[in-house]
Parts: sequence; C-alpha cells; structure tokens
Amino acid sequence: MLPSDHSDLPRFTRAERWAHRATGLLMGVCLVTAAVLYVGPLSVLVGRRDLIVGSHVAAGILLPVPMLVAWLSPAFRADVRELNRFVVVDRQWLAALRPHRRRPPDLAVGKFNAGQKIFAAFTVGAILVMFGTGLIMRYAQGWPVSLRTGATFVHDWLSFAVLVALTGHLWLALNDPIARLGMKTGRVPLGWAMAEHRGWARAHPDALTGPATGRAAGSSHEPAQGAVHRRGEH
Amino acid sequence: MAEGKPVGRRIVLGMIGLGAAGVVVGRSLQDAEQSVLGPLQNHDPTGITQLVPAGAAFRYYSVTGSTPERTRESYRLVVGGLVQRPSMFTLDDLERMPQTSLTRDFQCVTGWRVPDVAWSGVALPDLLDVVGVSRRARALSLSSFDGTYTESLTLDQARRRDVLVATRMLDGPVTADHGGPVRIYAAPMYGYKSLKWLGGIELTDAVVPGYWEVRGYDVDAWVGHSNGRDDAPV
Repeated sequence: MLPSDHSDLPRFTRAERWAHRATGLLMGVCLVTAAVLYVGPLSVLVGRRDLIVGSHVAAGILLPVPMLVAWLSPAFRADVRELNRFVVVDRQWLAALRPHRRRPPDLAVGKFNAGQKIFAAFTVGAILVMFGTGLIMRYAQGWPVSLRTGATFVHDWLSFAVLVALTGHLWLALNDPIARLGMKTGRVPLGWAMAEHRGWARAHPDALTGPATGRAAGSSHEPAQGAVHRRGEH
Repeated sequence: MAEGKPVGRRIVLGMIGLGAAGVVVGRSLQDAEQSVLGPLQNHDPTGITQLVPAGAAFRYYSVTGSTPERTRESYRLVVGGLVQRPSMFTLDDLERMPQTSLTRDFQCVTGWRVPDVAWSGVALPDLLDVVGVSRRARALSLSSFDGTYTESLTLDQARRRDVLVATRMLDGPVTADHGGPVRIYAAPMYGYKSLKWLGGIELTDAVVPGYWEVRGYDVDAWVGHSNGRDDAPV
C-alpha cells in the first residue's frame, strides 16, 4: 500500500455537496421538462402541457436558490472566489489541451482546474440568463412582444449550449470515480489530489501530515510527493 | 485572495450582456432564420429541422396525457345545443359538404408562426347553416374528444368564412398529432382557438371560456390585438 492510499483530504463541505446535489436535481428537472416541451415526439408521448410547463417554471425559479443558500457557508464563498480567479497555472492547463500537447506532470493546479472554472462561470451565467429570459416568457404580460420573442430566442439557443456543457460535465464525472467520490463523501485521496490538483493538495496542511506519513515526518515536502510520483507512473 | 484575474466574473457578466443583447435583437434574427427554415420545416419528413430553434414549425401542444386517436370510421362530430337539428357527422359527411380552402399562417400565442399553411374543410358558417342556429344562440362551445380541451367562439366569430372545420392541412389529411382527423382552424385568431381533435360543437346563449382562457389567455384571441401581442394579423 502506498501512503497516498491511506490519507485523504477534505474537498467539499456538506453545504457545498447539498448545493451541488440540489442544483443538479433542479437542472435535471428543467432539462427533462424542456425536452418534453420542445422535442415533438416527446411532447406527443407525454402531453399534459399545463403540468409540464408548471414543473419547468417551478424548477427554473428554484434553480438559483441552493447556491444562494450555500452563500451563507464560508467554504462555499471561498470556493467561489477560487473559481473566479484565473492564475498562470490555468493558462498552462488550457494550453496543454491543444493537440499534441501534454500536461506537465508537475503543474500545480489549484483546487479547481481551468476547465472547472470556465464550466462554473458558464453555469452561473447560463442560470442567470435562463432565469431572466424565462421570467420574461412566463410573465409575458407587459413586455413588448419583440422582447418576448427575443427572450424565447435566447432561452431556446442557450438551452442547447447548456445541454452540451452539461453532457461534458457528466461525461468527465463518469470517467473520474474519485472526483465523484469527492462530491459524494466530501473527501478525496491524497494521491488523486496530488495528480489532479497538486497546488491545492500541497497547500493543504493535511497533505503533508496525513495519517500514513505520520505527523512527525510532516516537516518535509518530499515523502508525500515522492509517493504520488510513483503512483502516477503506474 | 485577490490573486489572478477575475475571469469567472467576466464570463458571467459577458453572458448576461450577450443574453440581454439577444433579447433585444433576437426577434429580427429569428425572423431571418424563419424565412429560410420555415418552408423547409413544413415538408421535412425527417423532422431534423424541427430541432433547430427557429420557431417557424408546428410545435405539438396537448393538454392531456396521450394523443387521442379516431379513425376515419370511428370519427363523429356531434353538433347540438341551441340548434334546430342536432346532428352527427362522420368524416365522409364532412368531406361531401362544400369545401373551403385557405392558405394562411398559423400563429401561436407563444410566438411561433408557421407561414403559408394550406387548410381545407367545411367553413364553419356552412356547417351552422346545415344544423340551423336557434335564435337564442350567441356562442359556440367547442370540445375535443381528448375529453379536456375546450374552446369558445362567439356566433359572429363562428360565422366568418375564414373559420374552418378542417379535414385537410399541409396537403394531406389532418394527422392525429396535428389534431386530426378533424380540427378547427380559426385563421384570424391565435392557435389555441384552433381546437384540435374536434369532437363536439354546442351552441350556447353565452360564451363559455375554454381551457386556455380559464388559464389566463384572452377569450377573443385576435392575432395582433389580444394577449398583449402585436403580431401581424393573419
């Protein structure tokens, strides 16, 4: 057993995990009901337009609520700050996505990589725009018709972008069981953290003094890093 | 932790800006898109163009769980209430009566408009002449054989020659998804007046608001002069 298999790091608090779960659930309701309203064959299959519209609107209006509630949590606010800020490492991480480029193994990625930061910002932007245009569509009285048509236009097209982004999000999650574990239990193994979010793992006090390495050995950076290097090479 | 550039915030604000711009110019973009896609979509057997959010194709709205089915043989239209000769019509009966054809747009109150749809069937005034309207009658209550959907017309509206009991649409029989075998086409009014799956017409002494009217839509649904919209009249 490698030391990194024993120690793990706290990644997400309970409040953050619940906010994620609730947002995901509401987003799921929005997308499924949207598909029923929008895709002809599904509309034919399900019908019940009044009920589907009601569920879609309710889920859409509730969608920002979990994140607003989570804002009360200092850990959530700290993560939002982290997601907002792009540092040099993020540019390097993005550059490594280009064809024939490999990510430098020692890139000190923070708690979130550039892709996660962009996805988070896109999601917040999308929720806000969908919320605004959705309100114009739902409470149509009093809005000039050209703005209502415009709101429908934006709502329609952005829903496709959301679908694409969310498919990517789920695809990446499906392919990373440990990332999912982090969202499920709130903790991730040190080895994974060192491989995917090295800068964050290194900055974490527990990373250097995990149970397996022992607190006494914690003054040096080398043991934990060395262990991860070997693990990463398997 | 003010390290790094606030790229996340810029993405969010950029999306809000784009969304707002889209709401303002969306209508003209959509009009341009519709003029290209609309004619294609009416005759697209694959349905692929329907997935493009152009808003120029029919969208399927049903208020109940499944599309009601009536065959040519099982279909009956029951006309009663304040009439001199309560009657029942088969599809053959309707097709043997004088036919009226129109090519007009179909404008939905939610914004989409399908240009130049060919409709034909029995003009509603012709049908009313066959059954003989009682002196006390002031309105029509239309009901769908889905058991839920209802609509209303004043007697004056029902006497217009551009209101049809339609048996053909888009150069073929009215399909079940479009409300066949027999539906209403009320050209000058928003789509919800064009009741699908027409099963009954009852002459009444006062307007009985229909399914969508009870849910907030205008009882007099003139295109361009109701529901707060200013679409070009049909």
